[in-house]
Amino acid sequence: MGRERESPKQPQQVSYTVEQLVALNPYNPDILPDLENYVSSQRYSLEANLCLLRLYQFEPERMSTQIVARILVKALMAMPAPDFSLCLFLIPERVQMEEQFKTLIVLSHYLETGRFRQFWDEAAKSRHIVEAVPGFEQAIQAYAIHVLSLTYQKIPRPVLAEAINIEGLSLDKFLEHQVANSGWTLEKGHARDQLIVLPQNEFNHPELKKSAADSVPLEHITRIFPILG
Amino acid sequence: MATNYDYEDAPAAYDDANRQDLGYDPNFVPDSVKSFVVHLYRHIREKNVYEIHQMYEISFQTLSDRLFKDTPWPSVDAVAHFVDNDQVFCLLYREMWFRHLYARLSPTLKQRIDSWDNYCSLFSVVLHSAVNMQLPNQWLWDMVDEFVYQFQSFCQYRAKMKNKTEQEIALLKQYDQAWNVYGVLNYLQAFVEKSNIIQILEQEKEGLEQFTATDGYDYSGGSNVLKVLGYFSMVGLLRVHCLLGDYQTGLKCLLPIDISQQGVYTSVIGSHITTIYHYGFANLMLRRYVEAIREFNKILLYIYKTKQYHQKSPQYEQILKKNEQMYALLAICLSLCPQVKLVEETVNSQLREKYGEKMTRMQRYDDEAFAIYDELFSYACPKFITPSAPSFEEPLVNYNQDAYRLQLKLFLYEVKQQQLLSGVRTFLKVYSTISLGKLANYMEVDEPTLRTILLTYKHKTHAVDSDKKITSNADVDFYIDDDMIHVVESKPTKQYGDYYLRQIVKLEGVITDMDRVKLD
Repeated sequence: MGRERESPKQPQQVSYTVEQLVALNPYNPDILPDLENYVSSQRYSLEANLCLLRLYQFEPERMSTQIVARILVKALMAMPAPDFSLCLFLIPERVQMEEQFKTLIVLSHYLETGRFRQFWDEAAKSRHIVEAVPGFEQAIQAYAIHVLSLTYQKIPRPVLAEAINIEGLSLDKFLEHQVANSGWTLEKGHARDQLIVLPQNEFNHPELKKSAADSVPLEHITRIFPILG
Repeated sequence: MATNYDYEDAPAAYDDANRQDLGYDPNFVPDSVKSFVVHLYRHIREKNVYEIHQMYEISFQTLSDRLFKDTPWPSVDAVAHFVDNDQVFCLLYREMWFRHLYARLSPTLKQRIDSWDNYCSLFSVVLHSAVNMQLPNQWLWDMVDEFVYQFQSFCQYRAKMKNKTEQEIALLKQYDQAWNVYGVLNYLQAFVEKSNIIQILEQEKEGLEQFTATDGYDYSGGSNVLKVLGYFSMVGLLRVHCLLGDYQTGLKCLLPIDISQQGVYTSVIGSHITTIYHYGFANLMLRRYVEAIREFNKILLYIYKTKQYHQKSPQYEQILKKNEQMYALLAICLSLCPQVKLVEETVNSQLREKYGEKMTRMQRYDDEAFAIYDELFSYACPKFITPSAPSFEEPLVNYNQDAYRLQLKLFLYEVKQQQLLSGVRTFLKVYSTISLGKLANYMEVDEPTLRTILLTYKHKTHAVDSDKKITSNADVDFYIDDDMIHVVESKPTKQYGDYYLRQIVKLEGVITDMDRVKLD
């Protein structure tokens, strides 16, 4: 029967990046161990992980739930990108019923709905799952700051503190660092805590939004050059 | 030929002799069939694309209606000697033979396996030896389309394990490579690679190659078969990946085709609709609602304007069905992302007629609203499949609904996460500034909860793509300064520049036409 499975195109001695490996063998089960190794490394590629989940989907008996869990933790760290749900689409429901996956799904739910307080509480209870990947906390903080910057021009200190789960002296230090490196400024709020002025972008300062109305990209105009000439 | 991917899988009968008409003699070849194959064979040899297309689209259909309404066509062995036993012609004939069987009867397991074998032989010929044919795009599209359909149909069939006979299970075990998911994907991928279609489309942009301009046909004596199969295989891959729930990868496969413009994919209505349907669906699942709305709007308008020309086509029913499904998907998109201004007036009034009342109820986000999201999604989604083989362990259970249930569940999960957003929207629309305290009061939540709702709104309406570019899908936007919300009205931007460019080109065209007219 004509199963067209081409032999892996990479000889062992040549080292390909995982992206190249996937591009050359998108449907080749032989690269499964390479992809698993990659998940265990510090690097991240959504494409490679989707490819691995795809291979698990095709041959469920080869699935390692530990690897899947690690993929999902890394996908959370990729927020605000939708990687987590893209991965879930490929993971069979009975696998998602396992305790560790239920926890991760709850964590994702809190992040998706901006409930950072609950997120940090839940994450503290599940250290063994999320701490498997170094840099988890920082990645979530970066996501929190991303959403806050879309939303706020000026944010009260306690609201920020809650979202990034940093308080007191550590927060002072963190703010100091942001002021020096990321263009944050601090203001005195009226009779209350500090106000943090977040850097401007077109989403918290809509006037910065470039009006696309009257601009025509050059490549569109080049199309009529022959006529104009 | 029908693009028959949505035929319900009727319960397959298990006994060939019982099922197929007792009066059917596979060796009897009526004169009209003889004449059909002889002429088709000749036209293919003479590369007469027009005649091939006529025979393929019209004669085959007419003969099927007249002589083979509920029986298969004569077997290939019975017609082979009319066509010099030509190997490629026989493979093509069998491909049509099976397609007709799938469309009008229900295939047995053995027939499914045989059809897979036939595809393997046919595709190997195309991939590994230089075929010297020129086939109509319609036919080449149908081949890819049918190949994916039969794969989907096989997965659905195999997943209904409960009532399988011992004999069927033995066959499934024996032929475990038939319709194997790796095999299916690798054939499509091999077409894309072998045809060099991606490079061809790249070079075409620089004017070094012609493909779209000739609708993929080769007018310099070559063959269009591999190239066009490679092209349509990209759409096939998009569809397979959607069936598997892998939307990201699906869209990636389609990337070489610029769907903002006409192309070979629009030269066949079935391909045009399949492309946009899956493209839109994948974007919907990726929460890129604006993109989905834009493309659904375009194709629905196109179908509205052109469907009268397809009334006699065998694809007409399919066109109407996909049309309805895409309205349902559009209703979902617009309920989650009310950007009605993106929708053209005709499409909008059709939409209101079909789903106006449901869309109002969907805005309420109560249990009834979820039931409608569920209903529309279930009606309009692709027929998801589980690609892996069953375990064959007792007790045998059906798993044909598993994939669909998972996608539905995750979709409804997303809807739930967005349920409070429509409330915020309503208030934001009527204020230019409002304090957090006041809005919290109106929405009957406390202030910290309101803050989370507002963050959710921002997160869900701002998509971030892989190169960190943020795109806003928001119809109403806002920002918060301390505890004051400032609402920003989004004004529709009119694209005059584009309009003028098009008019300039049009005028130039008219002038050229006029120059060509010779006045006596």
